[in-house]
Amino acid sequence: MTELSLRGAELDKTRMVRLLQDYGVYAGVVVLFLVNVVVTPNFVSAENFRTQAVQVAPVLIVALGMALAIGSEGVDLSVGSVMALSTSLISLYLGYGPWIAILVAVLGGMLVGLANGSLIAFVGVQPIVATLALMVAGRGLALVLLPQLKDIRDPGMAALGSGGVLGIPYLALIAAALAVAVAFVVRRTTFGRRLLAIGDSRPAAQLAGLPVRRVLIGAYVLSGALAALAGVLATARLTASDPTSLGTLMELSAITAVVVGGTPLSGGRVRIGGTVAGAVLIQLLTATLIKHDLPPSWTQIAQAVVIVAAVYAARERGKR
Amino acid sequence: MTATRTETTVAGPLADDEPLGASRGERLTALAQQHGALVALLALSAVASVGFDSFLTGDNLENMAVSSAFLAVVALGMTFVIVTGGIDLSVGSLFALGGVLAAWGSQYGTLVALALPLAVCGLIGLVNGLLIARARLAPFIVTLAAMLLARGVLLAVTDEGSTTYLVDESAFFARLGQEKLLGVGLPVWITALLFVAGAVVLRRTRFGQYVYAVGGNEDAAALMGAPVARTKVAVYTLSGLCAGFAGALNAAWLVSGVTILGSGMELEAIAAVVIGGTLLSGGFGFISGSLVGVLLLKVIQNVINQIGSLDSAYQQVVSGGFLALVVVAQTWLGRRRRMV
Amino acid sequence: MSQDHTTPVRTGAVLVADEVTKAFPGALALDRVSFAARAGEVHALIGENGAGKSTLIKVLTGVYAPDAGTLTYGGEPVRFGTPLDAQHAGISTIYQEVNLVPLLSVARNLFLGREPRTRLGLIDFRRMHRETDAALRELGVRVDVTRPLRSLGVGAQQMVALARAVAVDARVVIMDEPTSSLEPREVRTLFGVIRMLRERGIAVVYVSHRLDELYEVCDAVTVLRDGRVVHTGPLAGLDRLRLVSLMLGRDMGEVRSEGATKFSGDHDPGTQPVLSAEELSLRHTLHGVSVRVRPGEVVGLGGLLGSGRSETAKAIAGALAPDSGRVVVAGAPVRTGSTPAAIRAGISLLPEDRKAEGIVPGLSVRENIALAALPALSRFGLVDEARIDAVVDTFVRRLRIKASSPRQRVGELSGGNQQKVLLARWLAMQPKVLLLDEPTRGIDVGAKAEVQGLVDELAADGLGVLLISSDMEELVEGSDRVVVLKDGAVVAELTGADVTEDALLHAIAATGEAAA
Repeated sequence: MTELSLRGAELDKTRMVRLLQDYGVYAGVVVLFLVNVVVTPNFVSAENFRTQAVQVAPVLIVALGMALAIGSEGVDLSVGSVMALSTSLISLYLGYGPWIAILVAVLGGMLVGLANGSLIAFVGVQPIVATLALMVAGRGLALVLLPQLKDIRDPGMAALGSGGVLGIPYLALIAAALAVAVAFVVRRTTFGRRLLAIGDSRPAAQLAGLPVRRVLIGAYVLSGALAALAGVLATARLTASDPTSLGTLMELSAITAVVVGGTPLSGGRVRIGGTVAGAVLIQLLTATLIKHDLPPSWTQIAQAVVIVAAVYAARERGKR
Repeated sequence: MTATRTETTVAGPLADDEPLGASRGERLTALAQQHGALVALLALSAVASVGFDSFLTGDNLENMAVSSAFLAVVALGMTFVIVTGGIDLSVGSLFALGGVLAAWGSQYGTLVALALPLAVCGLIGLVNGLLIARARLAPFIVTLAAMLLARGVLLAVTDEGSTTYLVDESAFFARLGQEKLLGVGLPVWITALLFVAGAVVLRRTRFGQYVYAVGGNEDAAALMGAPVARTKVAVYTLSGLCAGFAGALNAAWLVSGVTILGSGMELEAIAAVVIGGTLLSGGFGFISGSLVGVLLLKVIQNVINQIGSLDSAYQQVVSGGFLALVVVAQTWLGRRRRMV
Repeated sequence: MSQDHTTPVRTGAVLVADEVTKAFPGALALDRVSFAARAGEVHALIGENGAGKSTLIKVLTGVYAPDAGTLTYGGEPVRFGTPLDAQHAGISTIYQEVNLVPLLSVARNLFLGREPRTRLGLIDFRRMHRETDAALRELGVRVDVTRPLRSLGVGAQQMVALARAVAVDARVVIMDEPTSSLEPREVRTLFGVIRMLRERGIAVVYVSHRLDELYEVCDAVTVLRDGRVVHTGPLAGLDRLRLVSLMLGRDMGEVRSEGATKFSGDHDPGTQPVLSAEELSLRHTLHGVSVRVRPGEVVGLGGLLGSGRSETAKAIAGALAPDSGRVVVAGAPVRTGSTPAAIRAGISLLPEDRKAEGIVPGLSVRENIALAALPALSRFGLVDEARIDAVVDTFVRRLRIKASSPRQRVGELSGGNQQKVLLARWLAMQPKVLLLDEPTRGIDVGAKAEVQGLVDELAADGLGVLLISSDMEELVEGSDRVVVLKDGAVVAELTGADVTEDALLHAIAATGEAAA
């Protein structure tokens, strides 16, 4: 309908805005990358790329799950607490071997997701509120299970955190594989199609006979599983379980990556490529500020501004 | 004023004979919503005073009251925000920022120590409100960004968290937090005053009516002439002011601006408000409930501490679980009522 | 100041719209419409969906600015920038869904923004409650004014809205379908209040589809159709049949050219019904509606807007859960209130609100078509793209869907093509029963004929079709049988040679007593 009423210059402007919303994030990554190549000493080095990749991996994985939640016209604020819960579970079950521990951690995340999804799909609680409750309880549970920081002395976990193949860190490989997998789920599975339809128009999806509740629960369970996995990887990298601080403000970074990547908060659309680029963009921004000796305070302020700007830019699209 | 002689004959009375069950259910629901937290608070306190000798001592009670005061002031501002149907996730950071600014400002006198945090936190709240009301951005994301911003500012003024400003204990500002009146700390008295003022504003002024109307049905409120945008801007500003002031008061109590304070406080404040009976979907709630909610959380914390073998992290599990429970109950009750 | 209410002025036009035109992209909603609301007169505004009633109301209340034409209020030309401007000027609107704040108390709602205050500047609740009670008693409502508004019945809520309108010294009160969810007793009270408003010299604009009500309470009537005024004048002396003909655009005794629609006429239905809906009841909307459709038969569902046509279709399709009643498809009972169950049983619904409830605008043509049939078009949860392409290709060709490519977003298509996409979505499910709710509304003539031809073809293939349409011609020519609904109940069934527009008009216009 809006398309019909727009003409000439107005149309060009809309198209420009749309292009910016859809591809601005890629342009941003390229520009920031080039700027760094020129102004930052030692930026172009394998070691630096490895560091950046390892740092971005957990955020990216969480953002993938967040993209699913946002695509369903919801949001998942509990992801940071799920990471904390995951790191506690790892530390507790490491005695049974790393694989069992990882499995338990991921199951824990899925359980939180199941609780989130049930509150949203069956009880009808708003996503923000439901996941907020689990955000509080999840972190508490993590601290109950493991009251303070504990070192992880497991060769398997250590290898996971710092090893790699052909110089590429495992963390980066896993994140990339998960991004591909989630993109595949969104594009090629019935679940993905239904998720987008539900996020775009819940009444239409309901009338088309889609299993709305099951799909919503699925989205939050996936988000929980991915956040838990991110918690596992972060634990492996730090070789320590720190339920107090692991994953704090993670929900914010993940939402930023998703929104900056062009996924509208109003649901119905999930851009995995954009989400990856969004996460990379924020990582580059942080790295740039740090490399030029700007203190963390500035990084936080800059991130706050970027979020508001991205949401503001996406605002028009959300209204349609 | 009304001309009664124009009264024409109109058919019989309406709604007087509503089905009794519906209105009784309605009344029970309202009772549960208004006094459920109070009943829980009294019951828990009774159990605690029987179970722990040290619970019902003057020292313990005074201690609980003072430590509740700061959260209560934050929850006071949060109540206004939630009644409009919004949420403010920045209060924890603003609380910490307020404390640091007050401690830093106290070297220039009490006036600066109070005015500086109020000005800065109020300004951040104002920007939150403008972005939410005028640019129509989602409250949770705006205030989440503000949380980050406030943290950044806090780090910037404390040399990246390495400097802790101390308050001169002899200063008048420090006495605001230290002095006692009738054996009860000044922060408690100040908080009580603020709550009375807040309750009067919310219940007895036109602004308060607008706050309820905006949360209850924004479109209708606009059609009825309520200044929707201005009301929203006002509540977020108020919330920022409350958080900043609570931080300043806390700095006076601790005689220092501690930078790590306040994380997770936004969640505690939200939990307290919601447990106190305020609807997260907006349009319904009361100041006294939030106070009861804060006290309930603090008593739970106290009990957990008294048990000793339990970690203080149980506090978070309990308040998170409580929050989920209350929200589920609210949603169910709300749905049933809509069907009646 | 309220004293002069006792001398109503019966002549003056308070609010006048003169030659007002309002266009939306792709549709002319109002075409030089003139309308006058007079003091002390209850003026009915009627017309079917899409006639332009709601647009006119929105122009009168400042929601829309007219593209052309003028508004005159109290003799002066006006331009309302916002609904609030109109309200401050004295034009109050009572909506179907009451536009008050449900969680606030009755008194607070009545006085929001103009609360009486004590010397301290605080709200004087005692006075506020007293005055609210008095104002409501005057309207014949006695309630505890401290209770939250939502604890009242809809009727009483509407009275509060009316009391607010009167209290702000409204000179014009516009009521948009005020009785649609009221009990008969509440309707009587409302009418009493409307008469009182008339006595006070307030101009009342009354929108409703219930003919009985119009004749009971209205003085004048304006009929809109397709954005134009087709009749305006006193209601007395205008008989019901004539009124219905005006609304539906079918003149009595008008000679019809057979075959103006693409329907071929009669089908040869089987004997056992493929769908039978028995005694469907839903509070306020349906009262024991029964409909049977045999394979190969097109059954029309006639009646005015608000007669329960769409609700019947939705109850059959599981989108509304009926309080009682059964739905049986091909001999097997279907669980009511569940869309998936209805779809599994072979029921497909093309909803009336295509944009909000039908299409998923952001998804492509092919994804929209494949949406409901996904389980059949996938293996182990993985979408079988090749099979989807095949299905989509078949239907795009068979239904002649015009899209730049199957990957085009459905939101960008024309209404007719969107409707075809929906039809394709359901045909891919191979349904036994197709429920079509206004399948040709808002789509252009060519596409309309195509859709009608398709419906015909599908019935010939043995599908049972339930057709809802406000287009009399479409309904009569497309249906083998027409079930006529009025106020949520079946009032007539036309079969064979009786399926004519005349018979349909008579059935719709029949007074409640005659029909019962």
